[in-house]
Amino acid sequence: MTAAVVKHTCVVEIGGIPVSLGTESEGFRDLLRQRYSGFLSSSRPDYELDFQLMEWGTVSDDDVRVRREDRQWWIERGDFCARWDPNSGKGWVKQTPNPYSLDSMLRILHSLILAGRGGFLLHAASAICDGRAYLLSGVSGAGKTTMTRLAPSGISVLTDEISYVRPSASGYSAYGTPFAGELAKAGENCTAPVSALFFLEKGPENRIDEILPADAVRRLMRNILFFAEDRELVEKLLATACDFVAGVPIRRLTFYPDARVWDTIRTFEVEPAHV
Amino acid sequence: MSETYIARSSAIAARMLAGEMMVMNSTDSTFFTLNEVATAIWQAADGRTPLREIVRNSVCEQFDVDPEQAQADAEQFVAELSTHGILLVADHPLEAL
Repeated sequence: MTAAVVKHTCVVEIGGIPVSLGTESEGFRDLLRQRYSGFLSSSRPDYELDFQLMEWGTVSDDDVRVRREDRQWWIERGDFCARWDPNSGKGWVKQTPNPYSLDSMLRILHSLILAGRGGFLLHAASAICDGRAYLLSGVSGAGKTTMTRLAPSGISVLTDEISYVRPSASGYSAYGTPFAGELAKAGENCTAPVSALFFLEKGPENRIDEILPADAVRRLMRNILFFAEDRELVEKLLATACDFVAGVPIRRLTFYPDARVWDTIRTFEVEPAHV
Repeated sequence: MSETYIARSSAIAARMLAGEMMVMNSTDSTFFTLNEVATAIWQAADGRTPLREIVRNSVCEQFDVDPEQAQADAEQFVAELSTHGILLVADHPLEAL
């Protein structure tokens, strides 16, 4: 006689996209619930991933590869491998119970979903101030976590590391994510229309400068998280980046690291175009 | 004298914004912004027209440049983009992509 296998599931909804995560391990289910506690949902899932746990000794240092083959996405890195069928919305993941592997897998999945829907994941902090979302992008050390630490009360931090951007009726909206950087704290699970994207640089004073459109696209593409070797999605992503640059103010924000920089952001208004 | 033929790779995505051509390689995500002259060469890279003719028709006739300098710059530009898989280069006509 064999014991019936029980599958535990929880639905994690990031960016308004519910994904069911299934596992036979109670311990791993508890890890999922704890790690994504602010993003658990009772919505019917759009997508499903089944996790099969591997032994800790089976990982390697191989870089991530994401490619489409036989209508399925093949996602492989040293610490996990996965197959995901975008048509059925179903897939599986083999990984160790490492939470960082889990985060990486979810980021890759969402990057693929978003690319097809005209959105993207951006290496950026983001926060909602006075009902408007601001994206704060830059390389490591540019000040993303510093900016979120400086945010005064009343500002909702969506993330200090990975921003979630989707097209919406008002242009583009930013959503909170559980993907944390140095802050080691999940973002708030809320959303608002994107008012501006700032590329961060530390300096002696707070100032906002224009960026030419082509430079804005170059910087944006450099900071979008995208892993797939796939011409169709790359074309979509480039079109999305150009559309985003055409519709959202993008500036360079030089800032001195104290709380007054948020006054500079709060009072930022786009000058009307000269007729 | 042997001719050089150039064709755009099928593994790239390209888009024009504010007068500049943005080109991205889908296999390694390298990203390039082309200036006006480079864009003219890029757009004429049909695999059938020799580079020398492209420089003459699409560069020298449209921009105020010295022909010899334009040819040298074009060869350097083509060599750079070919190393990144953005342009295909051959000494014979290439299939349209």
